[in-house]
Amino acid sequence: MDDAPWIGRSLPRVEDAALLSGRGRFIDDLGVPPGTLHAAILRSPHAHAEIAGIETARARALPGVAAVLTGTEVQARSASLVVGVKVPIECWPIATDRVRYVGEPVAVVVARDRYVAEDALDLVEPHYRPLAAVVDPRAALAPDAPVLHPRLGGNLASERFFRYGDPEGAFRSAPRRLAIEVNYPRNACTPIETYGVIAEYDPELDAYDVTANFQGPFSIHAVIARALKVPGNRLRLRTPPDSGGSFGVKQGVFPYIVLIALAARVAGRPVKWIEDRLEHLAASTSATNRFTRLEAAFADDGRILALDWDQIEDCGAHLRAPEPATLYRMHGNMTGAYDIRHVSIRNRVVLTNKMPSGLNRGFGGPQVYFPLERLVERIAAELHLDPLAVIRRNLVRPEDFPYRTATGALLDSGDYPAAMAKALAEGGIEELLRRRDEARAEGRLYGIGYAAVVEPSVSNMGYITTVLSAAERRRAGPKNGAQATATVSLDPLGSVSVHVASVPQGQGHRTVLSQVAADVLGLRPDDIRVVTDIDTGKDAWSIASGNYSSRFAPAVAGATHLAATRLRERLARIAAAQLNVPAADVVFREGRVRARANPDNAVSFTRLAAAGHWAPGTLPPESDAAIRETVFWTPPELTAPSEADEINSSLCHGFIFDICAVEIDRVTAEVRIERYVSLHDCGRVLHPAMVAGQVNGGFAQALGAALLEEHAYGSDGSFLSGTLADYLIPTAMEVPAPVVLHYETPSPLTPLGAKGVGEGNCMSTPVCIANAVADALGVADVALPLLPARLAEHLYGPEREPRRKATAIPRREPAAGERRLFGEGEASVAAPAAKIWAMLLDPNALLALVPGAHAVEKVSGTEYKAEVTLGIGPVKGRYRALISLSELEPPRSVTLSGIVEGALGFGRGLGQVKLSEEVPGRTLIAYRYEAAIGGKAASIGGRLLDGAARVIIGQFFAALARHASGGRPRAGLWARLCRWWRGA
Amino acid sequence: MPRLSALERHLVSFTLNGVAVSGEAEPRLLLSDFLRHVLGSTGTHVGCEHGLCGACTIEIDGRPSRACLTLAVQVEGADIRTVEGLAPAPDRLSLLQECFREHFALQCGFCTAGILVSLNALLRDRPEATEEEIRTTLSGHLCRCTGYVSIMAAALAARARLGKKPGKKTNA
Amino acid sequence: MKPVRFDYVAAASREEALETLHQEGAAARVLAGGQSLLPMLNMRLARPGVLVDIMGVAEWRQIKEENGSLRIGAAVRQWQVEALPRLALLQPLLAAALPWVGHPQTRSRGTVCGSIAHADPSAELPLVLVALGGSVHLRSRRRSRTVPAAEFITGMMATALKDDELIEAVSLPKVRPGTGYAFREVARRHGDFAIIGCAAVVSSEGARLAVGGVADRPVARALPQPQAKELDEALDAFAWDMEARDDLHATARYRRELVRRLGRATLEEAARCRD
Repeated sequence: MDDAPWIGRSLPRVEDAALLSGRGRFIDDLGVPPGTLHAAILRSPHAHAEIAGIETARARALPGVAAVLTGTEVQARSASLVVGVKVPIECWPIATDRVRYVGEPVAVVVARDRYVAEDALDLVEPHYRPLAAVVDPRAALAPDAPVLHPRLGGNLASERFFRYGDPEGAFRSAPRRLAIEVNYPRNACTPIETYGVIAEYDPELDAYDVTANFQGPFSIHAVIARALKVPGNRLRLRTPPDSGGSFGVKQGVFPYIVLIALAARVAGRPVKWIEDRLEHLAASTSATNRFTRLEAAFADDGRILALDWDQIEDCGAHLRAPEPATLYRMHGNMTGAYDIRHVSIRNRVVLTNKMPSGLNRGFGGPQVYFPLERLVERIAAELHLDPLAVIRRNLVRPEDFPYRTATGALLDSGDYPAAMAKALAEGGIEELLRRRDEARAEGRLYGIGYAAVVEPSVSNMGYITTVLSAAERRRAGPKNGAQATATVSLDPLGSVSVHVASVPQGQGHRTVLSQVAADVLGLRPDDIRVVTDIDTGKDAWSIASGNYSSRFAPAVAGATHLAATRLRERLARIAAAQLNVPAADVVFREGRVRARANPDNAVSFTRLAAAGHWAPGTLPPESDAAIRETVFWTPPELTAPSEADEINSSLCHGFIFDICAVEIDRVTAEVRIERYVSLHDCGRVLHPAMVAGQVNGGFAQALGAALLEEHAYGSDGSFLSGTLADYLIPTAMEVPAPVVLHYETPSPLTPLGAKGVGEGNCMSTPVCIANAVADALGVADVALPLLPARLAEHLYGPEREPRRKATAIPRREPAAGERRLFGEGEASVAAPAAKIWAMLLDPNALLALVPGAHAVEKVSGTEYKAEVTLGIGPVKGRYRALISLSELEPPRSVTLSGIVEGALGFGRGLGQVKLSEEVPGRTLIAYRYEAAIGGKAASIGGRLLDGAARVIIGQFFAALARHASGGRPRAGLWARLCRWWRGA
Repeated sequence: MPRLSALERHLVSFTLNGVAVSGEAEPRLLLSDFLRHVLGSTGTHVGCEHGLCGACTIEIDGRPSRACLTLAVQVEGADIRTVEGLAPAPDRLSLLQECFREHFALQCGFCTAGILVSLNALLRDRPEATEEEIRTTLSGHLCRCTGYVSIMAAALAARARLGKKPGKKTNA
Repeated sequence: MKPVRFDYVAAASREEALETLHQEGAAARVLAGGQSLLPMLNMRLARPGVLVDIMGVAEWRQIKEENGSLRIGAAVRQWQVEALPRLALLQPLLAAALPWVGHPQTRSRGTVCGSIAHADPSAELPLVLVALGGSVHLRSRRRSRTVPAAEFITGMMATALKDDELIEAVSLPKVRPGTGYAFREVARRHGDFAIIGCAAVVSSEGARLAVGGVADRPVARALPQPQAKELDEALDAFAWDMEARDDLHATARYRRELVRRLGRATLEEAARCRD
């Protein structure tokens, strides 16, 4: 063994052999108690609707079903989840009086197995009264916007104004100003393993025992316990040994922990629930979408003098803990890597009819850096300067560290200009600039973008209280810190175990901690056994425990180092007595403990380490029992927000400088990344290969966010990316290997000098790619995701409209982004208009006309009820339909409106029909319709919906024409009908 | 074969990693669920149940296939191989698995089972597979942790090492 | 995401399969490779009463060359066609398109006929069928018939198949001397449903372009030769006639523009490959 420490080496991971052989222990692999039942969840097809009632009798009667829970059962046994701002809104894990987003739980069925549980879901019949929905955060603030939570009186859940320095003065006196507006979209890092919960309830003790692939923070343990109305010690929360990725997302399992725990209580049996992918995409959690207006005051040389932020944060339908944390996580870092002393911020949090937001890798970073780094590029363009010159002019200077930002963060260490220079030199900027010149000379679209970013890590648990006013904070009491815990223990054979509450989801914590402890104790990493799954009933933990805010290397590994060191100090005192040397002269090396001056004066580590068990009476009195050492570590720098709202929101601040070179295809507008360079200063690197893995993995997720991924919603609130065919995660084909570089300035504030590294690229990469694309196209505005179809608008010239046949009914163009289907058509039929008119008013005739109708019942003179089976190809569903006629002008025109509702979702349609006799006995039927389709069909089949609706509505009119002309279809009628469909 | 009733469970038998196995399945039971919850072979993971993530990829009669897009009753008599069948012994890894470990080609390990099955079949059947073929095969799998860089490196390393070994049709 | 209950029949013979379809009508679905049907079962979009597994019918496992065509049976999996020696010489368009169908792991089980029966407007194999002007052999207990490609697909996932019928085989014309073939596709990611797929067949007698992903079904049209100056106008008319629509992944405008640009590029490539 050489003298180099284990830390800093890329040792093979202790986690891997089991994972490579199919012996991992993920939540769905764990054994469950005999008699465990399985849950399935019925979810809202509506973005916004009142629940008029839920019929569950048929579901309960299905053999194999043990229980059905709706909001009523849940409210009777639990309390609302705590909401982080002081406003009159509640947050339940299941819909109570109304549904507020597509996918919101409406009922939970508990049954013998998942298959039967899903059978029973088909039999639960909720009755909805649809309400208007709002999905855009700015629209949600309009006075006439639909209101999600009536007691709130609007959709604004929080508003705060902040000012630091003298922003008004700086803007007044600045020679120039420039503003940018950004709509940052929704996306999520979408782990491949979905949520899972196994819950049991003990009615005698009123206690819950839950295993879930939750990731922390364990502040949420308190939220769950309060919701279940039990003290914390009556909620035992455990995690499985392995978790299939999280990236923040598995924090969002906690409402389901409450729900499944209650299901176990109601069913009187253990209950297991494994989320499926459709549930995950529609209703787990995502990052927030945010509207930002950012304005800078700047000088002619590019020096930024002040920033004015106006952020409207969209947390979705509920303010779910720890939101609105996404908005405040970056509060100390609103000036990024730049030295800007004057800042004003207006923060608003709004609620809309979308999935509730939550933790997601990069947490708040991409939403801030996209406007900031786009603005820096725009300032450079405005001044005709190299963007690199503007970045350099504004970077925090190395001599100013530690640097306190205007908004309160303490930047711990770094040399930003030197790191940037290294990225440019080793990233090959000269070559890239040359290639850009050559490409452009050939008429190709080539662009280069940059991003300079500060990556915060180890969150201050108190940052979220910045959402409260100073007075509110005084009343609530101060919150701060980032308690990390680690336990190192010795067993009777003298071997070492490490227990931490870090809850890894694949990051290799066990490997790194074995290196950390081995270095301290003079052992080999193989000698150390590390346990990372947590049991709140037995283990040391705090509210800050868990796997988030990149806190492993700086905080958890640091705490482990401290615990091992404390244990070593005790062992050294024991050894000192045995070896007859002062404790300071005891050396731990190569499995032996010896005197510094005389290597032969030694004892084996295991023998010494076992002494606490076998012979405690022989130990020196001051050494205590050297069996187990638990350390709680919180850095003193993480203080509560000041009276002036300054907040050191994170402990460590890494630095990233990224370069991206892209070429855009002139025909397809596809973006090809030619080179991506990412330089990181993450302090001391504990395991180079794992750091590379974090950077590569974060980069791939960020590339997805930039180019492919979006949780897309229609303007009616329908969810449009409900499968992995529509929510597009990059594959090996789309992700190039980035060039990863390092510039190391150890953090003076963490035990091992490490800073977080896992989230940085999710902050820097989306805007860096966007900057490159903007440069390639020479445009000012680019929006994520960078859809080729959208970029193509900059490439293609104006399109000449073809000559079209005038239609009988004027076209109505849809508003931008409107999620509606339009169609129109006409048919010439050998029948008089009066005959066709009569058919439209005759239920028996309608029975033959409405596609798939089983029964048509006349409700009133102009209203019909029908049971219909609709579908195309293998996709068929049974629906209840309500058809009404209005604006009747016999026998010339009528408006048909229909509502259908069934297991696959719902549809609303409006069709205008005009009849005109071309010649006596021959009538031209002209019609146009618009339809809105929501629910499951829209979420998972959006690509095919338009065509499917065309087929079905076409069937109606084809049947009308066929029956009117005496059952003899005209040759080619179908073809003619199809020919005149017009797209919206 | 007689008609299998929806309401009953039926005996399904096949070979799993060289061993004859059987269990009972309703006609609608997915092969992924049969392997995991009837046979207790939990190495094969389930990530999407619509064929796009690739986590459940197994070999059916020598071809990597999606277990979630297959009914248990469809594989009666088939030869099935899963990630549990790749290693030559419980305490040893196959060459491909070893390369994955050396190149840190996994983090959470959830997608890994399917990826190993696909790459194992590719490198066994086409030891000379090009980098592009490897990438194409890999594109049938979603990995959220690694960014694929280390997986490509591991696959290329395995190909290089296999090239040096005398060819025989066994696990890569 | 678990299917509804259904019966399952593993048909051992053609007669057994057809008899079940005859008895059950619309309640039955044919199960071949299952790569389109299983997702729909798992999502409960499809709720059949009985599945008729036809993969055990020996005579449907054949690939035959007959009458200048490649006849591919209903139980032939996509990988088996892909693995045919000299496929690129037998039918270059099919060889070019197959790698775009899903992923290797779905081609392991998916069948050629199944993809055509599914008639997804963005799918590659229906596009190839239409581009080549192939034909579809249908059979029920009572009769068999052959339908030309253009008449088989009638709309979005809608075909000429009757409830008691199944596709027994498809015939694709083999390569013709002096004819060039090309296939191009744009999708968001490799393996995704095509935003647009273009298949071109060019010989001295004429040029033909088939486009998938734009209209509600793949559409083929005879067009001027690539070098002809009327081609732009003809492509423009073709682009408008297909009634492209917006969806999550592309706009109608983008699709029309790709009909013009990618359509031209595909025709030009086919013309270059003529010899």
